[in-house]
Amino acid sequence: MVKTTDYESRAENQWCPGCPNFGILTALKQALVTLDKAPHEVCLVSGIGQAAKLPHYLKCSFFNGLHGRAIPAATGIKIANPDLVTIVTTGDGDCYGEGGNHFLHALRRNPDITVIVHNNRLYALTKGQASPTTPVGTRTRLQFSGVEAYPIQGLATAIVHNAPFVARGFAGEIDGLAKLIGQAIETRGFSLIEVIQPCITWGSHPVSWYRDRIELLPADYDRHDRDTALSLALTQGEQIPIGVLYEGALRPLFAQHYRTRVSEGPLAALPPIEQSKIEARLGRFKGE
Amino acid sequence: MLIAGAAGEGIQTIGDVVARTALAAGNAVFSTKEYESRIRGGHNSYWIRVREVPGNAPRQTADVLLALNDRAMERYVDVVQRDGLLIAETGEDPRTVTVPFRQIAVERFGAEIYANTIAAGALIATLGLKFVALAGTLAVTFATKGENIVATNIAAAQEGYELAKNRLLGRGFTTLPNRGKSHFLISAHEVIPLAAAYAGCRFISAYPMSPSTGIITALAKDEELGVFVEQAEDEIAAINMAIGASYAGARAMTATSGGGFALMAEGISLSGMTETPLVIVLAQRPGPATGLPTRTAQEDLLFAIHAGHGEFPKAVLAPADPQDAFVKTVRAFDLADRYQIPVILLTDQFLADSRFSYTSFPLPPPPTGDGFADAAAIREYHRYRLADDGISPRLYPGQSEHLVCVDSDEHDELGHISEELRRVRPAMVRKRLTKLDGLRNEICPPEGFHLSGAETIVIGWGSTRGGIREAVENLRATGTPIGAIHFTELWPLPEFSFPEGVCYITVEGNSTGQLARLLTSEYGIKIDGLISRTDGLPITAETVERGVDGQDH
Repeated sequence: MVKTTDYESRAENQWCPGCPNFGILTALKQALVTLDKAPHEVCLVSGIGQAAKLPHYLKCSFFNGLHGRAIPAATGIKIANPDLVTIVTTGDGDCYGEGGNHFLHALRRNPDITVIVHNNRLYALTKGQASPTTPVGTRTRLQFSGVEAYPIQGLATAIVHNAPFVARGFAGEIDGLAKLIGQAIETRGFSLIEVIQPCITWGSHPVSWYRDRIELLPADYDRHDRDTALSLALTQGEQIPIGVLYEGALRPLFAQHYRTRVSEGPLAALPPIEQSKIEARLGRFKGE
Repeated sequence: MLIAGAAGEGIQTIGDVVARTALAAGNAVFSTKEYESRIRGGHNSYWIRVREVPGNAPRQTADVLLALNDRAMERYVDVVQRDGLLIAETGEDPRTVTVPFRQIAVERFGAEIYANTIAAGALIATLGLKFVALAGTLAVTFATKGENIVATNIAAAQEGYELAKNRLLGRGFTTLPNRGKSHFLISAHEVIPLAAAYAGCRFISAYPMSPSTGIITALAKDEELGVFVEQAEDEIAAINMAIGASYAGARAMTATSGGGFALMAEGISLSGMTETPLVIVLAQRPGPATGLPTRTAQEDLLFAIHAGHGEFPKAVLAPADPQDAFVKTVRAFDLADRYQIPVILLTDQFLADSRFSYTSFPLPPPPTGDGFADAAAIREYHRYRLADDGISPRLYPGQSEHLVCVDSDEHDELGHISEELRRVRPAMVRKRLTKLDGLRNEICPPEGFHLSGAETIVIGWGSTRGGIREAVENLRATGTPIGAIHFTELWPLPEFSFPEGVCYITVEGNSTGQLARLLTSEYGIKIDGLISRTDGLPITAETVERGVDGQDH
């Protein structure tokens, strides 16, 4: 049995003390332990930002790549080794800003990866500028007269594209978040969890402000009702619905055709191509 | 010979059919194309060189011109030799063999679409090749379209053939014998996908961009090669997917051209920092920006060598021809794996679209091993363990219980972010750059050609070798003491002693002398002149001969 201590990383944590990111880290560990996944079976993939540092704080294989490019890297990783539980830890800037195009195309491709967006609705590492999810009108350390552009609706976008699993979590609700992450990992196909992660340094509201407003979805909520899911995803009012908003109908996984034809396992395990296959193909270029 | 017309007139089909027919009749064939970036209209041309022994280099003059329309005739008539032939529907020039392709197509075969095949028949007749060879090629070309289409095309070709043959009577034009030799006719971009698969490539992600698109297309078409192919949303995704796949154990590549390569620059740096092997084909076309999308150039040499921010080792290889492209592609994967670096394969539109002849096509040995360490032999795994040669043992995630942690930030031996400036940072910088020493020792020195006694040496790189060598042979035949040095591996540059006391001229498909600047900075030699071609067309023997004549030395 895998234990929480198996995931203890010795790397020094660089997050601000008390940051809700710690809650996401704990929930992710809990989820992996509950699923009995060993560290070497897991690959965390990230870009740049505070959320993207998470892989260092959880002992498993990880690829901490470029800003905004975690999703394409994760897509390549999952193709090369489909046995890996592949999870992207990203922020609202990394995922919807720098990497927005990749997010859209992952929704088209449906790779079997889980994307956890730590949404603090601003840029923290670069010290408080607007992010693609900052509400209109918010004054920041760069948008001095207030943000003019409308926020990206990541969850709604995923629902519109029939993503297999779309959820909103809250970093202050660790047990609930761990359950959501576990369900996301077990989903066959692309799963998205946007986590409300209030920034305690640059944010405009404390954690308690969000805690007062979150509301769990009722037990009899229909996860397949796309219209309701969309309206809940877009809710910006006094109540913020938390839970699995939507489960799209199962559809073929990315690379299914290749998997069926060539290999179900890691590409590194494939035998070398026979020389005769290449010679035969070169032979087709020969004049007779 | 030269086939010229507008896009959409079927030049490609005529050219392929004529080239294959000459090949099937035992000749060595070389073909090259130039075309505009459009689907219909404009000017396209297809050059075919037929010889007894391979003449794998482009020319600027032709013995026969097949002009599919009046504008094509006007534009290209000057390249035809004085004793050459023109094939056209009409014309005043005494060299013209008139064959009204369209009229015959409509009147005899009921559709203008057969005009091409009639023209191909006429062209084959001017070469004096037997019609049966053409009929054979047509049967193969149209095999998938059914017996009727094959039969009509053969009949149409025969009509053109007989008509041209009769109108040629008394002109005494070339009659090519059947030389009975069998040649491979292949382009570099037809070779690279096969060589990649042979080298163990399992993953390619790319965004379509001329002139690189043929590579990903060939791998997608031939599923039996077992390479996973993905058309990425952009070049940034393409390179990051390939790096992800390589990290997770698959030999991976991408292919692009100038603008796409520019978008990949950050990814190349990522490959260097994370020490993830990657092969990138950079098929050059003239820039800057969108430039001339369908023409050729050698403008990205220094860009390729310097691509990516920060300092890290990489290799840049530039094959001279399709056979060399096979060798270099295999080498690219091998070097990328063993040194855990990005390797750039520099080709261009000329190499992509020109077919060369070879009497044999021997395969080089495949890369040895898979580039991964034996996980069982490692007790405690550090992805970036400091090693004397800079090369740390590489495992892929999931290969064993060892964790594989990589980071684009500066990192310690375990792969964790580090801002330890006194020990970690200097050690990691040294480790990465130390790999260059071993790499440099493996790089092939340039090839010398008629160096002894040469008073002038022309230096070229990549795809221009054929034209340069032909020029050197021609100039030597008229008494000019000239030789050539040719580079096909350009970074890191190997040890090399340049002959002293000679005049050096670089021959380059760029206007600023990028190779000259590189050689001056790396070897400290003085380059006396530059022969440059920047109109988007390939460097021919004529370019070099005229250039050598025009130099002040």
